[in-house]
Amino acid sequence: MSRRRGEASTPRKRNKKGQEKASTRRFRPRQTWPPGAVPRRRGGSREGDSNGAWRAAAPRSGSVMESEAAARTLPSAGRLSGAARRSRGPLFGRAHGRFGQGSAGGPLPPCSQENADPQKTAFLLRKQWTLYSVTPLYRFSSANLKEYARLLGAFIAAEKQKGLAVEVGVDLDIKVTFSSLPDLRGSDQDQAAMLVQLSSRSSVSPKNSEEKLMWSGWFCCVSGDDLSENVPEDFTCLPLFLANGAESYVAIVGSWFQKTFDCRFCRLAISPLNLTWMAAMWTGCKVEKNASATELVFSVPCLPQPLDISYAIHPEDAKALWDTVQKTPGEITQEEVDLFMDCLYSHFHRHFKIHLSATKLVKVSTAIASAHCDGIIKFLQSKYLIGVLMLLTELAISQIQ
Amino acid sequence: MQRRQSSKNSKQPLQVPRSNQTDLSAWRKGGRTDPEKSLQNHQSRNSQVNESKQDSLEQAVSYFEKVQNRVSLKKSEVLQKHLATVESIALQKGLPPEVFDVLLNVALDGKLADAVNTRLLKSLIPASVIPETSVVSSVSWLCVSKCSGSIQLLFIRWLIAMFDFIDHKEQLHALYGFFFSFLQDEKMCPYVCHLLYLLTRKESVKPFRIRRLLDLQAKMGMQPHLQALLSLYKLFCPELVSITLPGKMKTYFKNSEGPWKAAINTVRQRNRENSPVSQLLFLGTAQHQSRKRKWNTQLIIPASSASVNNLAEGKEKNRVDLYSTSESFPVEQLQTFSQLLQNIHHLEFPSQMGSVLTNPLLLHYMNCIKDESIYLRLYYWMGQTLQEECTWCVVESYQYEEEFKDFLETVYKAECFLQEGFSSCEEFLYKSLPLWDGFCCRSQVLRLMTWIPLRSFSEMKSHLYDPLAQLFFTSSLYFKCSVLESLKELLQNWLNWLVIQLDSESDSQGYSLNTTLSGLVNVVAELVHFVGWISTIALRLESNATFLLYFILDFYETVCDIYLRYNLPLLIMPPPGVFYPALLSMDSVSLNQLCYVMYRYRTNLVAAKENELIKKKILPFKFSSQTYQEYNQYLIAMVGCLWTSSAFQKDIHPQGIRLDDEVLKKTGVQEFKTGFNIVYHPAMMGYALLFLQQAWPDDNTFNFSLIKGRKWNWYLEYLYAQGLKGLKLFIESSINRVSQASQRKEGNVQV
Repeated sequence: MSRRRGEASTPRKRNKKGQEKASTRRFRPRQTWPPGAVPRRRGGSREGDSNGAWRAAAPRSGSVMESEAAARTLPSAGRLSGAARRSRGPLFGRAHGRFGQGSAGGPLPPCSQENADPQKTAFLLRKQWTLYSVTPLYRFSSANLKEYARLLGAFIAAEKQKGLAVEVGVDLDIKVTFSSLPDLRGSDQDQAAMLVQLSSRSSVSPKNSEEKLMWSGWFCCVSGDDLSENVPEDFTCLPLFLANGAESYVAIVGSWFQKTFDCRFCRLAISPLNLTWMAAMWTGCKVEKNASATELVFSVPCLPQPLDISYAIHPEDAKALWDTVQKTPGEITQEEVDLFMDCLYSHFHRHFKIHLSATKLVKVSTAIASAHCDGIIKFLQSKYLIGVLMLLTELAISQIQ
Repeated sequence: MQRRQSSKNSKQPLQVPRSNQTDLSAWRKGGRTDPEKSLQNHQSRNSQVNESKQDSLEQAVSYFEKVQNRVSLKKSEVLQKHLATVESIALQKGLPPEVFDVLLNVALDGKLADAVNTRLLKSLIPASVIPETSVVSSVSWLCVSKCSGSIQLLFIRWLIAMFDFIDHKEQLHALYGFFFSFLQDEKMCPYVCHLLYLLTRKESVKPFRIRRLLDLQAKMGMQPHLQALLSLYKLFCPELVSITLPGKMKTYFKNSEGPWKAAINTVRQRNRENSPVSQLLFLGTAQHQSRKRKWNTQLIIPASSASVNNLAEGKEKNRVDLYSTSESFPVEQLQTFSQLLQNIHHLEFPSQMGSVLTNPLLLHYMNCIKDESIYLRLYYWMGQTLQEECTWCVVESYQYEEEFKDFLETVYKAECFLQEGFSSCEEFLYKSLPLWDGFCCRSQVLRLMTWIPLRSFSEMKSHLYDPLAQLFFTSSLYFKCSVLESLKELLQNWLNWLVIQLDSESDSQGYSLNTTLSGLVNVVAELVHFVGWISTIALRLESNATFLLYFILDFYETVCDIYLRYNLPLLIMPPPGVFYPALLSMDSVSLNQLCYVMYRYRTNLVAAKENELIKKKILPFKFSSQTYQEYNQYLIAMVGCLWTSSAFQKDIHPQGIRLDDEVLKKTGVQEFKTGFNIVYHPAMMGYALLFLQQAWPDDNTFNFSLIKGRKWNWYLEYLYAQGLKGLKLFIESSINRVSQASQRKEGNVQV
């Protein structure tokens, strides 16, 4: 039997950014498992889909897969010793051991820190986060967060009013706060996550502590030992960055980090293959009743107009299917994921005569989290936050190395 | 005090460098045509001119030194005369250092009219340098405000223009606060900013000064001179101030050189060798954002700027860090090699390592400092950049090909400079080659390929050779040639690296590392075999194109000399698919090249055999007898072909051109035996023809059989004279001619 995630590639995939508001025609068979309803067509657009952009990529997608395969077997890079090596084990391989320990028996470990306080991370839930990978930060010190906040504040002010100099440390319109989120890590080796928040002060009454949160972004590393074990002391590994708010602030904050810590930000897209993994893993998680439906969104390539197919399944039905597919609790293989998806596809084909395997999976939403291939994620369950982050950290690391 | 100084100065003889006097008339052409000038013109023709000039300058200076009361310029002819003297000498050859003290005093002490002071200041052009002391003493006149505002302004402008000519600047730096106070004056402010910009050092940046400048900014708005000074402050102390310069700014300071420009240029030209770097060199950190693109998807090599990251140093004293000392030399100021040498002990890498790519001085420095973190920073940055920007891997980035090309070019140049490949680049090639169309950024990609490091791993085939071979076979002739060229360079780079590696190893551990060595040599051998294989196929695909053959044999020119030139135990003969097309080529260039290659093979094999026999060195390797055998087979074929006219009989190579006489007879060719000797060989026939024409000008029958006996030797001489050096070397080394008279003899084929 083949190994699990190792065979799957988790390659970098170019993010398809051009978020065109194309007039999307959505073919939206809303299905429950087992199916009952009849598909119905819907006009109009929902969410900013990137179909147009993706279609441009379609003719090349075959070769992209090739590159992914090549990327995985890269040889080691001599001088850079382990750091530059792709010595990573099979992706998610390490996670398997922990699956079994999860009380729910699901493939995702619940918060691995016993003392983790769900309240402290509650603000991360139900927001859309855009994903970035970040190369290790050079000479970053978590002891200097206050100082960094002052500098970044002045930098933002200077950027916003190009040409005018700004004194560091004075009260500015935008307040920057750096804070540590020590709960968000997988092991003690992980660097504590770091939250950056920008909030605006009301100019009317500066004494009034009414601050409006404008933007937030956080760096984290959950079980990123593969990366952190291999870099020298001067580097801090926080390979995953998540941002919520205007992209212009991502640009400013990112530039500052890039300049100050000699790192580099790249958008982190999620490949369809990884999305199927998420679909399978998250389906297997136990959630309370009345959980929202598991929904998979597919995009049909090579059409004159974008066409999305949404496939919604009752979570209990999906879990029932997954339980029949999964052989060993706490362990997931690529075959199982493929089988799970194939079952869903064949079921869909039986009813609608559409081969979903010929389309591209662009979005997965479950009660645990929802993920879009453009690299956007929404966490829905604080219990599984760490687990999802672990997966995303792995993806980010594989993009960096 | 000033008096004493000036008297001290006047004791020194006037030193005007005589060598500088010849070019005076050259720049006088551009000068104004003042009445006193034409007088001077007249004088300059006089042979006594230098003497008298010096005298008159001395007189003028002593006059100005003594002048007590306000003298009217119109009324005093003496003043007029001395002023004219100073002006003309200054404009012609500049003033000697010792007169500045007196003249600056006079110009600034307010005794004389502003018109005189202005003229004096405008003529204060140094012949060589300006002593710092005289500048300092003149600054003191500004404090007592005896001179008018316009003279003060002119003085500041003069100071800016002459800044580079002041011999020391230590005391001037001490006056920083004094100059700073002049910022209040609205008229002076732009010039004072400029002067401060020139004077500012890290220790001059103080919070109270920043606050003052910010107040000014609030009062006067966005002024370019304030921006420049503030951005310099930011550079030195990013923890105190932040500013982003708008991209379109070009000039930050008003031009203050105006009145002195021509004269300064002359002086600069005169002392070109120690010309200081022009100011404002390091203000160009503002990036020009030409296009609208999403954040971070634009390819920008960061400008080198000092690391911001040492702010923690005050707080964490315990951190042991070699670099983060307050005296560290900011990279922005690093402009010359000598600066690099002087400051190498406290130089700091820029905040973004990517910027070293465009900075040769930092590349030098990088070469000296073998610190892993440097390479790691560069590795991450470059890896991500290449990955994000690769035009053929990334959707929607076709339009940025030019930009990407430039980037690859820069990376390649840096690799050449460092003489080693970047591992991020290597990985990028492995990832992207399978997707490459062989067209986009072709020359850049192929050149980057030449710096793939030599590693003993077995996946070279799947990562490099396989995708490359696919492209190679399906692309044009020119692409094939460029690939071969790149592979030759790759081979050379590997060999160079190996040699250095062996040298350093043999110093320390002797030959103990033979296992790794043999592994690496095998990787090199693999490359040579790969090239042999693709060359064979390519020659068939391109029907033995001469152009292609040239590049193939060029590759083998490196291969055949590996033993002698690199002292490595590696000798690989070209495959028959390369050897025979070259031997039977229609072109003398290829044949000549083949002869040279075979000659070098022989030299290498002979040397190896000798070393083996002498056992001077205990060679870790022996060339297998198979190599010798292969060489001999080729040699027999070659000698049989070119010399003994017995190629079809004697060739013993299994893939050779041995043919039965009966078969040959069936072809109907009469003189098949001699068909490929140096007279009849299709590549040589042209020479033979010309030789016949010269030897027997009257004979039009073109009887090639005339070339024999002594004529054969003449013909050889003729061929050598035509530049067939390879043929000469080959024949002289490999063919043992019994005597000059005998014509054809068996070659010496036993190596």
